[in-house]
Amino acid sequence: MMSSTFDAVANIIAETCDIPRDTIRPESHAINDLGIDSLDFLDIAFAIDKAFGIKMPLEQWTQEVNEGKAVTEQYFVLQNLCSRIDELVAAKGA
Amino acid sequence: MRLEYFQLIDRIVRLDLAGRTIEVAATVPTESTIFEGHFPGYPLMPGVLLLEAMAQTSGWLIIGLTKFKRMPFLAAFRNAKLRSFVTPGQALELHASILHEGSGYTVTRCEIRVEGKVVSNAEISFRVVAFPTPDFRAAMERFAAVIAFPMEVLADG
Repeated sequence: MMSSTFDAVANIIAETCDIPRDTIRPESHAINDLGIDSLDFLDIAFAIDKAFGIKMPLEQWTQEVNEGKAVTEQYFVLQNLCSRIDELVAAKGA
Repeated sequence: MRLEYFQLIDRIVRLDLAGRTIEVAATVPTESTIFEGHFPGYPLMPGVLLLEAMAQTSGWLIIGLTKFKRMPFLAAFRNAKLRSFVTPGQALELHASILHEGSGYTVTRCEIRVEGKVVSNAEISFRVVAFPTPDFRAAMERFAAVIAFPMEVLADG
């Protein structure tokens, strides 16, 4: 995970959800630790998609979790989320 | 508009799927029980209904882009502005465009004009999901005919 990605995502979360920036850490789980609900996550997704010029595959991630093929930590722990974002940005440039 | 049926738009004037824009016409009714309360002796189109009109306008654009496979459900308004009073009998032009199509959600920008002047505008977020039931989708297709949804544009692209 690039630290600049984490900083950008943490700033987005802090601004969108009015969460103190210093409580948002790479190991924070967006839902379980930060208490972000699905509506706030829509705003966050919009801001992240815009900031990075990507389309996070939220529906695919949700389906994987619902089908037991993935656990939420893979997508909602921020350092993991940022790794996914880095991958999407890299794929876009490829 | 048929306010009592929550039909806030009358007719799709133009639907441009390539440009991802829609233009809709709606005329505020001259009479409605709503105006008896909003306000007594001073009838004004309620702001929340103007917001709903913008949501419906955006919604038909999203339905067009997904070719009736998905239904948008209103999730959030951002920077909603009610700039001027809207009164019974006024003709509204509603314009919406796509700001972003995400995965499972879409954000639009919409505005309402009266005689060319913007009276309301907002950014609107929708959750966009598969139609919950086939009957729901069929009902929307029937209603599309009522508002002159140009089905022929779905064949392009």
